[in-house]
Amino acid sequence: MQNYLEFERPLAEIEGKAAELRALAKTSEEMNVENEASALDKKAGDLLINLYENLTPWRKCQVARHPDRPHCKDYIDKLFQDYIPLSGDRNFADDHAVMGGIGRFNDQPVIVLGQEKGYDTKTRIERNFGMARPEGYRKAIRLMDLADRFNLPVITLVDTPGAYPGKGAEERGQSEAIARSTEKCLQIGVPLISIIIGEGGSGGAVAFATANRVIMLQHSIYSVISPEGCASILWKDAEKMREAAEALRLTAQDLLKLGVCDLIVEEPVGGAQRGRDVTIKAVGESIEIQLESLKGFDRKTLIADRRQRFLDLGEKGLTS
Amino acid sequence: MNWIANYVRPRINSLFSKRDVPENLWTKCTECGTMLFHRELSQNANVCPNCDHHMNISPRDRLLTLFDNGKFTPIEIPKPINDPLGFKDQKKYPDRMKSAQKKTEADEAMLVAEGEIGRTKMIVAAQDFSFMGGSMGMYVGNAIIVACKLAVEKKCPLVLFSAAGGARMQEGILSLMQMPRTTVAVQLLKEAKLPFIVVLTNPTTGGVTASYAMLGDIQIAEPNALICFAGPRVIEQTIREKLPDGFQKAEYLLDHGMLDRVVHRKNLKEELVMLSRMLMGLNPAIKGDLPKPDSSENNE
Ligand SMILES: [Zn+2]
Repeated sequence: MQNYLEFERPLAEIEGKAAELRALAKTSEEMNVENEASALDKKAGDLLINLYENLTPWRKCQVARHPDRPHCKDYIDKLFQDYIPLSGDRNFADDHAVMGGIGRFNDQPVIVLGQEKGYDTKTRIERNFGMARPEGYRKAIRLMDLADRFNLPVITLVDTPGAYPGKGAEERGQSEAIARSTEKCLQIGVPLISIIIGEGGSGGAVAFATANRVIMLQHSIYSVISPEGCASILWKDAEKMREAAEALRLTAQDLLKLGVCDLIVEEPVGGAQRGRDVTIKAVGESIEIQLESLKGFDRKTLIADRRQRFLDLGEKGLTS
Repeated sequence: MNWIANYVRPRINSLFSKRDVPENLWTKCTECGTMLFHRELSQNANVCPNCDHHMNISPRDRLLTLFDNGKFTPIEIPKPINDPLGFKDQKKYPDRMKSAQKKTEADEAMLVAEGEIGRTKMIVAAQDFSFMGGSMGMYVGNAIIVACKLAVEKKCPLVLFSAAGGARMQEGILSLMQMPRTTVAVQLLKEAKLPFIVVLTNPTTGGVTASYAMLGDIQIAEPNALICFAGPRVIEQTIREKLPDGFQKAEYLLDHGMLDRVVHRKNLKEELVMLSRMLMGLNPAIKGDLPKPDSSENNE
């Protein structure tokens, strides 16, 4: 069953009608509904193109959070061969919100890391909805160290509403863990490539995405705060999330203009959730190109390149 | 581009001479409720004489209490693009900026200065909570980069006083990008093997805590300061239970191994000097009286 977003309701109606007609036709042989059903298909197809051509920032947020989008686990399953998960922070626990391990990307051994939100109630709870605790960031630090020691490129798949706001997380140093993970990203002498595959939520995303190259999916978002959070603070009304999403300039298209992301990977019409395999394949191709572009750089150059990338940010705005 | 080539010096300290404190005004201590005359409070570095509550102190007043004879050179910070996103909520960002500047008489949420503390050369950066909640935007990022580079150039420690509600939402993603940006700056300082001492003051939260404010070689906090990533209200909403007493306060963090020290404001100067000199391999500071403040300079 397809999950429709709120703004896709007219589409759901048309597609529903077409499906009903076809189901009806199966019950009696004399009925010929194909003409009518195809007309509806055509109408739905046009509407889909239309809806996705000009997504508002708030609609982008909804698409970025769509439960059927390919998640971190899907990318790891499809793009990395011989994947061996590596667990734990060696201090406290293994954080299931963070997937991490070693695998081959087109034969090249790499470390892959990412936040996994889960795909049903059970796995969502298990994964804590992709919100990492300090252990998750410390696992990331450990794996980045491993990558550095064995000269393996690091690929991070970013998809998180943010770091987990919980009692234990705070007691165990959530801030420190995030700060150290960002610091580690800046220290490793191997290529680091990040892909924002869905939601790049605040500091919890930065800790994974302080990379040489930041790739964003066409309908992914990356923001300092969720539109709902921003609305409740600045508008004193969480229902003003549409306005907040607009103001925050959190779309891949705006972030490209600001230099926060380096390139955008196109999604199929109707979003990644309507073409999971195509999307995963496109992301794979993009990683391949970026890895290739960083080949041959020595440790010093890779570190210097990453630092300069972030020091230079803010030289161009959207208004000037 | 060379950041430190841009600062203008020496701006005159008298710009920062003490404002007249109206004697007839008082403040209520937020902790114990005692009515305190402004003068009494300012003589006590904004610490309540009754209950020892550490109230906010402006960067300027902080630096006056810290630097020898209250003498320091403010460092000019490169101005970032004004309102990079064209941000508007119920108010336009440039209007919010203007009212913050009017209210605080400061340009932005961080002041960087150079001078001597206990006859030890130091760079100090102080965040201003009264300026839009001390929020970290591009200016604060620039200030930290300048402070770190200047400390490297002058081969001296950097002491940073943090105070912020987090990132500046009105600069959107560019404020978030100050987390990695300031981390780069701190790395430059560390590679030069110079001390980075962070003093966390009330409150330090969000993206500020999760970047430069937690990366100090030494982590000090003022008593009872709220220090956290996610604020207590957000956590209560998430876990739907009451939080323990003192949760996320300096002493609680000290108990949980997140800090080196909790230090009373009146002892801070001496401790910063001792720490810096030991970390720098310098002789103990000369104790005893320093020359009296030059009254002609301070009371213009
Ligand atoms: Zn009091």
